Amino acid sequence: MNPLRTTRTLVASATAVVLALGSASLAHGAMPADHSDDDRITIGIKFDQPGIGLKTPDGTYTGFDVDVATYVAGQLGHEPGEIVWKEAKSADRETMLQRGDVDFIAASYSINDERAEKVDFAGPYLLAHQDVLIRADDDSIKQPSDLNDKRLCSVTGSTSAQNVKDEIAPDAQLQEYGGYSECLTGLENGVIDALTTDDSILAGYAAQEEFEGKFKLGGFELSNENYGIGVQKGSDLKDKINTALEKMVEDGSWDEAVEKNFGPAGYQNEPAPQIGVIVE
Amino acid sequence: MFDFLDGYDLLGAFWLTVQLTFWSALGSLVWGTLLAAMRVGPVPLMRAFGTAYVTIVRNIPLTVIIVFTSLGLFQTLGVSLGADRFTTINFRLAVLGLTAYTSAFVCEALRSGINTVPLGQVEAARAIGLSFPQTLRIVVLPQAFRSVVGPLANVLIALTKNTTVAAAIGVAEAALLMREMIENEAQLILISAIFAFGFICLTLPTGLLLGRLARKVAVKR
Amino acid sequence: MSRSGDEAGERPGKDAGERPGTSAAENATRDAGNPAGKDAGKRSGKDAGSPAGKGAGKRPGTGEPATVLYDVPGPRARRRNLLWTVLFLAALAAAVWWVIDGLAAKNQLEAAKWEPFFTDGRAWETYLLPALRNTVVAAGLAMLLALPLGALLGIARLSDHRAVRAGAGTVVEFFRAIPVLILMLFANAAYAEFTDISPETRPLYAVVTGLVLYNASVLAEVVRAGILALPAGQTDAAKAIGMRKGQTMAYVLLPQSVTAMLPALVSQLVVIVKDTALGGAMLGFAELLASVRPMSANYGANTIACFTVVAVLFVLLNLALTTFASWLERRLRRGRRSTGAVVTASAVDDLAAPGPGEPDAPRGPDRREP
Repeated sequence: MNPLRTTRTLVASATAVVLALGSASLAHGAMPADHSDDDRITIGIKFDQPGIGLKTPDGTYTGFDVDVATYVAGQLGHEPGEIVWKEAKSADRETMLQRGDVDFIAASYSINDERAEKVDFAGPYLLAHQDVLIRADDDSIKQPSDLNDKRLCSVTGSTSAQNVKDEIAPDAQLQEYGGYSECLTGLENGVIDALTTDDSILAGYAAQEEFEGKFKLGGFELSNENYGIGVQKGSDLKDKINTALEKMVEDGSWDEAVEKNFGPAGYQNEPAPQIGVIVE
Repeated sequence: MFDFLDGYDLLGAFWLTVQLTFWSALGSLVWGTLLAAMRVGPVPLMRAFGTAYVTIVRNIPLTVIIVFTSLGLFQTLGVSLGADRFTTINFRLAVLGLTAYTSAFVCEALRSGINTVPLGQVEAARAIGLSFPQTLRIVVLPQAFRSVVGPLANVLIALTKNTTVAAAIGVAEAALLMREMIENEAQLILISAIFAFGFICLTLPTGLLLGRLARKVAVKR
Repeated sequence: MSRSGDEAGERPGKDAGERPGTSAAENATRDAGNPAGKDAGKRSGKDAGSPAGKGAGKRPGTGEPATVLYDVPGPRARRRNLLWTVLFLAALAAAVWWVIDGLAAKNQLEAAKWEPFFTDGRAWETYLLPALRNTVVAAGLAMLLALPLGALLGIARLSDHRAVRAGAGTVVEFFRAIPVLILMLFANAAYAEFTDISPETRPLYAVVTGLVLYNASVLAEVVRAGILALPAGQTDAAKAIGMRKGQTMAYVLLPQSVTAMLPALVSQLVVIVKDTALGGAMLGFAELLASVRPMSANYGANTIACFTVVAVLFVLLNLALTTFASWLERRLRRGRRSTGAVVTASAVDDLAAPGPGEPDAPRGPDRREP
């Protein structure tokens, strides 16, 4: 009757389980080595926005931001294979840059004053507008004022949602969800009349094959969103990225990327913006 | 340092948190008691249901349950709980989801309370011919409730903090405002600290008050 | 003591068919922590010696449990029970049909929304399995660290020295009062500022740190309640044979209280698993719940299907955990070193309620200072 055996059994079992888990994870590379070697570049993108930045089932990444970032990285001397993609959630973008977790961020990152105080922006590389996505057979929404008696949807706490509440359609009902997918489910179900956010993101969704012919863009330019590439404050990357972006527009890669990612949605994109010119 | 707080309705958001907590607490007390009754009751199927309910609900993250009330119940099944504007519908859905989740914990707390009631009490109740519902209602539950005020206070405090999940379906309570502020102000840590403090203000007095109540109503045996 | 039928299943050898997931976590035999149960320890001592007093267990298969809450059903009661069963079954069936019909009417059951999880292995390889692994790793590390830390804090709160007691008490109350999510955010910021942990692993460290600090505080209360639930005679006996304080704790109190604490411990471990989901919301930690976003974005906003799959995975993960724990509990109980005392989830200050991660604040209904 060893009184300690009870405790020992418990501790031993628990330790065994967790050690097994821990070593399994190490073996699978859940904790990748840090990217100290100089060839690699870490770029923050969205993982969940079709057309902008999306992690596909193959484990690859697609979208306009991804194409721009890949091009820029190429100009900076990094092969596509040397890019480490990292998810940059909206709330986390400034801190990621400030801490140096990523080298730069291209994640539907609109330039504004508050953000510009914390980070530097290269670009803009795309001028997007807040817009609405509606069902293809819905012709009751022709102008922004039609939205006033409608049921709108956007992502919790986003600037688009606040914009609707404050300016565009104060009388409209606004549903906020954690992600765009929930809004789309509602739009499909007919519970939501319009999903509102940047037209680039909406175009990305509308272009998905699952939604072919189901949704259309309203074509309202409710705001100007100048997508920039965020870099650490004072980083010398900013000028290099600007040069790369200029080159991307010049050699036609920019148009190609727009066509590839937004084309199927019939998205009327703005011409490539001038570097450093922010459209208010 | 705090001038960025201008223009945000902090108190209004926390008031909604309080309302969510109140109605969900009420709902889970009722549904949790019913579940506990099912789990100790004579009908095997109801016992099985109670057990299955508690097992499943307790093992799912609350976020999933709340999102399901909106995506599943409201969007797909058309349950709008008698409201026609999103703000009201979402509030009621959130109360429903929080109730569904919290009552599993209320049920378990109550079940342990039922076990503190001495055998003799129940035997006496049966001896004078009380039926199961009567035994439960008149003899067992009143004593059980008094002995689990403490644990129920913890459930309530957890519920208060759990209301933050309602932001996932757009109820404009404290956590939603927090996200809005983080998006606009780029002050992640400071804003988080402010809201943490707000929740401590809500939960600390609750805990102390109910703790005192628990000692007061405890059945001395 | 136990009389609702289900509880009897916790005793070894009885009712092996009891759902393993619930039995350990919900062993609600008595509420050692609540004021009414002040003498829980003594009573449990008696109970352990008289298994007959446990109340008859549910006899699996007969459908006629005998508990003290109601009489053994006679012919009329049996008819009434049957009626209730039929009515309840009808209500359940109607609800299930209503849900399925509603889902089908809104095309939520169409194959395109669900087949990525059944026919396409890539959904698992790319999103679910790596996310599941992250969840398991974070939860596992948090448990491994929180258990000993919690035991240490719990014992420290029972110390004879006022300073140690106060110190441990402050730590416990402090970390329980702060929402886990905020602890994670602070940990993330602190690691970024003061250490050179690589950005890839930092979210994991931050998530584990937040979980450990909060849950160790909760577990400290579990341990404290577990030790307090032991019969006072155990300490007296240890003193009588000349054991020192440390020896009493290590050889007498802790080993016995572990069995009593297991149900509450397991409930808290389930909370740890669910709370890893907080790391996904704000820190970019790629855990299970966070995998819904890229998945639903890829498969045409099949949100209901995605959330369902993730919910099922969470339930399975937690069931595996509780099954293992109840196996462990049975093993420990078979050793007969138990006093029969049980600390339930609700007996302890913090129980299992903090679901998605907002922790409990302190309360004090059962502060019985040693």
